[in-house]
Amino acid sequence: MHDVNASRASKTSVPLTASAVLVNPVGLHARPSVKLTQCAKGFAATIEIALAPDGPWTDAKSPVKVMRVKAPQGAMLYFRVAGSDGDAALAAVLALVHDGFGEA
Amino acid sequence: MTEIHLTGRAASPGLAIGPVAVLTVALESRRTPGDPAQEAAALKAAIEGATTELAELIEAEQGEAADILEFQVAMLEDDALAEGAFAAISTGAPADQAWRAVLDAEIAGYRSAEDEYFRARVGDLVDIRDRVLVGLNGAAQSTAIRGGSIIASDDISPSTFIATDWRCGGAILLAAGSSSSHVAMLARARGTPMVVGLGPLSWEARPPALALVDGDAGTVVFDPEPETRRLFEHRMSVANAARAVADAGRAKPAITADGRRITILLNIAALEDVADLDPAICDGIGLVRTEFLFEASHGLPDEETQYTVYRRILDWAEGRPVTIRTLDAGGDKPISGLTVDGESNPFLGLRGIRLSLARPEVFRLQLRALARAAVHGTLKVMLPMVAVPSELDRARNLLDAEIEALRAKGIACARPPLGIMVEVPAAALRAGDFEAGFYSIGSNDLTQYTMAAARDIGAVADLNDTGNPAVLALIALTVEAARARGVEVSLCGDAAADTSLTKTLLATGLTTLSVSPVAVARLKATIATVNP
Repeated sequence: MHDVNASRASKTSVPLTASAVLVNPVGLHARPSVKLTQCAKGFAATIEIALAPDGPWTDAKSPVKVMRVKAPQGAMLYFRVAGSDGDAALAAVLALVHDGFGEA
Repeated sequence: MTEIHLTGRAASPGLAIGPVAVLTVALESRRTPGDPAQEAAALKAAIEGATTELAELIEAEQGEAADILEFQVAMLEDDALAEGAFAAISTGAPADQAWRAVLDAEIAGYRSAEDEYFRARVGDLVDIRDRVLVGLNGAAQSTAIRGGSIIASDDISPSTFIATDWRCGGAILLAAGSSSSHVAMLARARGTPMVVGLGPLSWEARPPALALVDGDAGTVVFDPEPETRRLFEHRMSVANAARAVADAGRAKPAITADGRRITILLNIAALEDVADLDPAICDGIGLVRTEFLFEASHGLPDEETQYTVYRRILDWAEGRPVTIRTLDAGGDKPISGLTVDGESNPFLGLRGIRLSLARPEVFRLQLRALARAAVHGTLKVMLPMVAVPSELDRARNLLDAEIEALRAKGIACARPPLGIMVEVPAAALRAGDFEAGFYSIGSNDLTQYTMAAARDIGAVADLNDTGNPAVLALIALTVEAARARGVEVSLCGDAAADTSLTKTLLATGLTTLSVSPVAVARLKATIATVNP
């Protein structure tokens, strides 16, 4: 269900990346987007999402931009996180996806 | 004045009668634009005002309605939404034009989305756009809709729905719209009948005064004749009484008056059919039609797509059994590039398992996806249109080969029981000859093949009767064969939901019926009245 390949770098300069499959029934739409952005805004780190491992990257703190990604159910969602609390931020957003945004 | 009948798509069930309220949104600009600084300030104030209004609405709502409004607040609070509008204002555009242009572009992006769920968000974006425009233009909020009205419109915004009092009835009729929209979800949650896709609602002289809405059938009658209205009102009172009783028992097990426990399964075509339902209303899923996956627009689905869909359905069922039918193309379900065109009689041609065995590369992919999904729940796989035991045997060999190949590669998989759909009289007559893991009676085809009468040919429609003793005898033979072999048997055709046949079907020895989710409450209520 959840295919995390967190690649760890020394300290903060290199972004952390990971990916997970959107398992909730309707993809990253209204409610999931709001939940994701609310979660992301709780961290100082920059958090970005993409539908491919090499981007284009979208700010995960903007619901307008996250909705524009139109990530459907079953899509692989890639995360790129950089900042002092990046570890915790990545764990939190992955947990949200893994959990189907609480609506699975 | 003659009555007008229109047919659309059912988006929320139920019957309603009431005065027609035609919604038109007039948001003409009535202001004189100021300089860019004033315009920017006006837009900022209008956005903040809209956010405050929504926050106040949220206070009064809960659950789904509050979630939808929170989404709108989150969008409005995001600077990314209006940044294009502020840029246009700085180069001299009036605030309302700038805002409308930017939101219309955003809306166009949603409207062109491939995914139905994203397309359905158009209503929310329109809602956001118009709420801010009302703030900018100082227009009075659209006149309040009287409770009990039948709203007729091109589309309706979630906040208009929420602002309307639905406690004394009413319904929604949309020229466009989608059954996946937030409004449709809200309407289902509140029990408000809704029909979408009625096409342009244009009135020759003036709009109709009264409408009868059938949210089960997706039909509407405008300005009915007295007799039409009287019949409809009678139907409504009967349906209301029945629904009150049935809804109370939907989550309870189905038990006959003499204490027999009947297993109720669901027929679905996609996860969306049940996504907002509590699995506790059923004992599992008796039929997943997989044809929707193979719709021409998307081409043939790959293994991963199929695996993901199957798996999500198993997740929804929370361990309850899920029967997935392999591709049943052909007959009345052509799939371009797969089924054979121009057969003289497609119902007697290369369809169902016959087509799957003729095109094993498509079939094997599906079997592989199913075997992988089987790890995640109680999966059963059903073969359609089986006529002779060798078809089942050949399918089983293919399944075994795919499982072996998956195991050799170290891919997790399991062997689901392989059963047959009994819809060809030959299979019903000799059901015991099949080494099937289970039987599921497809009463629609079994009836048309037994009676040699199609359902969609009006002149012979009365012959197409599942209650005919010949069809019932074939059902009883199948039930008997299953019992003798110690395997399960169910019935998943339309007859399962026909409550006038419930008693007759249970008399054949059937104890499992599979119906569409909307039919569950009524079927359980009927079962409770069945005495031997």
